[in-house]
Amino acid sequence: MGGAVEHRIVILGGGTGGTLVANRLDRLHGDHANITVVDRDDAHVYQPGLLFVPFGLTRPEEIVRPRHAQLREGVDFRIGEVRSVDIAANRVDLDDGSTLDYDVLLIATGASLQPQETEGLSGPEWGHTIHTFYSLEGASALRGALEGFKKGRLVVNVIDMPIKCPVAPLEFCFLADWQLHRRGLRDEVELTFVTPLDEAFTKPAASERLGALLSEKGINVESEFATGRVDQGARRLHSWDEREIGYDLLVTIPVHGGPEYVGASPGLGDALGFIPTDRHTLQSRSAPNVFVIGDATDVPTSKAGSVTHFEGETVVGNIRRFLNGEPLEPSYDGHANCFIETGFHRALLIDFDYEHEPLPGRFPDAQLGPLPLLAESRLNHLAKLAFQPLYWQVLLPGHGIPGVGAPFHASAGHSAVARSGGSR
Amino acid sequence: MTTVTLAGIPVEVDAEGFLVHEEQWNEQIAQEIARENGIDELTDRHWQVINFMRNTFLETGSAPSIRSLGKTSGVPIKELYELFPKGPAKLAAKIGGIPKPRGCI
Repeated sequence: MGGAVEHRIVILGGGTGGTLVANRLDRLHGDHANITVVDRDDAHVYQPGLLFVPFGLTRPEEIVRPRHAQLREGVDFRIGEVRSVDIAANRVDLDDGSTLDYDVLLIATGASLQPQETEGLSGPEWGHTIHTFYSLEGASALRGALEGFKKGRLVVNVIDMPIKCPVAPLEFCFLADWQLHRRGLRDEVELTFVTPLDEAFTKPAASERLGALLSEKGINVESEFATGRVDQGARRLHSWDEREIGYDLLVTIPVHGGPEYVGASPGLGDALGFIPTDRHTLQSRSAPNVFVIGDATDVPTSKAGSVTHFEGETVVGNIRRFLNGEPLEPSYDGHANCFIETGFHRALLIDFDYEHEPLPGRFPDAQLGPLPLLAESRLNHLAKLAFQPLYWQVLLPGHGIPGVGAPFHASAGHSAVARSGGSR
Repeated sequence: MTTVTLAGIPVEVDAEGFLVHEEQWNEQIAQEIARENGIDELTDRHWQVINFMRNTFLETGSAPSIRSLGKTSGVPIKELYELFPKGPAKLAAKIGGIPKPRGCI
């Protein structure tokens, strides 16, 4: 490396995207790059595990590891709160007054929960009759609340899109139904899913299948319900168009936005704090040397770990191209892939991108599968459980997952879909 | 996809009645779509929202969600629901001749 220019790469956020990109960049270009990851704490949460905590299917300590331990030795890890980014000066300002200059900035700070954005949501009943499972503390507190809940109206409510893992609220309903059955309490509880969407999910083919599952399980659906405020005293949700839904226990998914520093950084984010991002190159539209990965972007695909994983390849390649003065490759296609827990030891798997709806077939191989797409199976459930060790040991270090390609078309399952799709 | 005649002009619409080609849109078409959806008269406040939606779509390639409309259009969410009952972002997009907001994925 003697005499080579050291590029300064600063990565904000040590979660899924920040960690896997830092590790890959260090492995490929460690000699010529000075890589710093900044996060406000040292606790990396395996977010797909949050769903299982309220049901006692996993313990909080099983899904948290130190962030620094997931990063290669060549990567600097700093704990600090970002105050703002000056995109004109290529500089990050931290709350403690220190600064970080960069040649390339990667924003990987995800989405934050903003219950305070909804009138009446975050008042005194938060943590008592109102819960969320979208944070570690929330999921842990909800476990206690569910244990004590034996009778009444359980309402699962999405306030507004976009949210992380848009299938998780549905999975929560399925798992709650299953748990109530096991406890012999299902007949005592009215279970209702409340969504601002006009169907159960955002993708029509999957929505039909998921809607059918909800109705088979006797879960009520209130659609096109845009929550305007919560009356904690009367335990009622009020929509902007003046409908009302009563609850005894509310499991809410608060609105999501970008972290505070985005709002404090002129020209960086949009009105909600997400970063305007080219949907194929993952370069920000705010500045050419700023790239974005994961939940922090405004790209029109799910905010999900699989998306972040698939985006990683494009981001790593384009950061290298940018530093070499080469044209960027528009290689990210919106690929997302989600396991959906449906209870009773079964799960459903969906796979889609910007252009393709989730369709039946097999994954990752069209013939061999072994995982069926858009159909419930025990194998999908086992695959979802088996994913956690892969996450820590393969995905975060920045290795590929065997058989699972980043581009949608590399998922061989879709060649069969395309063929059988011809007769649809 | 079907062709319908709006304000005397044949235009292509999708299954939910959203214009397929935003460039076929004009203000008379907007008035007609509004009437079909129960809004008899488009006021200045309606136009403020419709124009904001169109401009955002033409600049960024996607229509704003209801929450960003509430933050950035100058019209609070409560009033958006009074102006465009049921789903303001969806209805204003339809009247404005742009695709259904994709904020929800």
